[in-house]
Amino acid sequence: MTAVSPEQGDLGPPGRQALRLFVRNKAAVFGALLLTAIVFMTLFGSFFYDQDPSRIIARPLQGPGEGDAPALGTDYLGRDVLAGVVNGGSTSLTVALVAVLLVIVIGVTIGAISGYYGGWIDVAFMRFTELFQVLPALLFAMVIVALFSPSTRSVAIAIGLASWPQTARLTRAEFLRLKNLEFVKAARAIGASDFRIIWQVIFPNALPPLIVSITLIMGAAILFESGLAFLGLGDPQSQSWGLMIGLSRQTFLNGWWTVTFPGLAIFATVLSFSLIGDGLQDAFNPKLRGR
Amino acid sequence: MKQITARIAWSLGLILAVIVMCFTLIHLAPGDVAIVIAGDSGAGDPEVIAEIREDLGLDQPFVVQLGGYVGDVAQGDLGTSYRFNEPVTDLITTRLWPTFLLVGTAVSFAIVLGVLVGVFTARRPENPISHGVTVFSLTGYSMPVFWTGLMLVIMFASNVRWFPVSGMRDVRLDGNWLEEWIDIAHHLVLPSITLGVIYLAQYSRLSRASMLEVLQSDYVRTARAKGLAERRVVYKHALRNAVIPVVTVAGLQFGQMLSGALLVETVFNWPGLGRLASDSVFQRDAPVLLGILICSASLVVIINILTDLVYRLIDPRIRVGGAS
Repeated sequence: MTAVSPEQGDLGPPGRQALRLFVRNKAAVFGALLLTAIVFMTLFGSFFYDQDPSRIIARPLQGPGEGDAPALGTDYLGRDVLAGVVNGGSTSLTVALVAVLLVIVIGVTIGAISGYYGGWIDVAFMRFTELFQVLPALLFAMVIVALFSPSTRSVAIAIGLASWPQTARLTRAEFLRLKNLEFVKAARAIGASDFRIIWQVIFPNALPPLIVSITLIMGAAILFESGLAFLGLGDPQSQSWGLMIGLSRQTFLNGWWTVTFPGLAIFATVLSFSLIGDGLQDAFNPKLRGR
Repeated sequence: MKQITARIAWSLGLILAVIVMCFTLIHLAPGDVAIVIAGDSGAGDPEVIAEIREDLGLDQPFVVQLGGYVGDVAQGDLGTSYRFNEPVTDLITTRLWPTFLLVGTAVSFAIVLGVLVGVFTARRPENPISHGVTVFSLTGYSMPVFWTGLMLVIMFASNVRWFPVSGMRDVRLDGNWLEEWIDIAHHLVLPSITLGVIYLAQYSRLSRASMLEVLQSDYVRTARAKGLAERRVVYKHALRNAVIPVVTVAGLQFGQMLSGALLVETVFNWPGLGRLASDSVFQRDAPVLLGILICSASLVVIINILTDLVYRLIDPRIRVGGAS
């Protein structure tokens, strides 16, 4: 799935055209650069800013530039806010990545089978999907995480379980649209198996809208993770932007910097995915530009 | 009519399936509630635990528990909260209207302002305001909603004290109903803006897109050709059709809004369903959690049906065509 990203040059001419359109889109390029910077900070930030985010280093609640405070001030215990921001991305990004993989596996499989076979299989699968769609996602995930003890793994699974229906519906719609087109009929005529038609004939053609949607779901998953962590439903040992904000909730009126900077980090990450998603949408589908 | 009856029947089945799924899920969770309750009251001996298990019906086989629960729900009884020792139905009903008030205000604000902004930007795409709106609509839904709330509190309740920091009422207030309502409205401003901003961003973008499309359609050209004033063409003829996608999306997003309300209620200490849910999660109050899940799923189902009806009202073609 991720192997066929439009950033890679080995796609055919339509892929190259999309790449060209993407690169010309300033907002999308900005998003891609922003995301690269955030991933770089998460992976290598601690080499450049070597400070333990859980260590108490100065008087609590000192603002940026006050006394002996570090660049972004200290939190209610006297921990370094900047160190928290630098290290806080790893949990968010890991959780979002695992959750999105889960979304792809469940959503694409159910959507593809549903759309391709139709009939009672389609009805059964879509009713099953509806079951998950009527439950408010955050509430559902919250209950799962709380009941099965908060950990990075349970949070990722909960977000994945709460987010797949949208992908299933999109995949199904694409399969419904594509399955009666000439090239699929041709594949069937030469005796290709259902499995082959689904994954090698139809699926590659359903990719463009799916890639756009998955990019946006990535951003949503990060918001989702930060919301759960804010509520206190995350691994308490982990570093997470949402958790930093949640822990500072009682004291934030005495130190705006304790919630502002971690929030900006979440915002920047989600924004980068929105911008990339938008750029991809325009690149794959130039007619819809500016909509 | 037949269609609607079928939908209602199917919806009831859907809610039943939700009940079964959530009940099973909560049953599967590790940990024994009886031990938690007994431990809290300071009595850990096995006899007390066994008694509590019997009281709660936890010693029965799973299918019997499930059957009993479904039967109770059908009669409007969602069980008793482990913590509050009150009927779950009462707990939920008292917290339902603050959530409705919050979500309702936020959605109305987002739809009205979103459509106005969308129409404006569709008509004057080169206006600097329109460029600003495009940027805002992208940033609007990338902000974590709880963070937006905290930022608004810092700006408008702490730096300048225009609005209260949290809560729904001022406990010191002792006035007549009008003063009470003004007080609630005053408390409502920041939470509903917080929740509304995400949707404002989406709806302004959506209504701009649909307005651009509608303005190019034949019937708008006809209206203009007849010599109607541009204002009348836009607000009387085009707007009606441009609003349809916004209303549909808003209706379908109701579940998502409940999720957002959960976070906003936590930030602002708003006494709604979301607060109840986040409190109950930490107390592992399974009957309350189950009740909230079922109640919100039912609300989502009902709102979806209503959206469908409104949709038919706004767009007569659907009624005549009968396609849905």
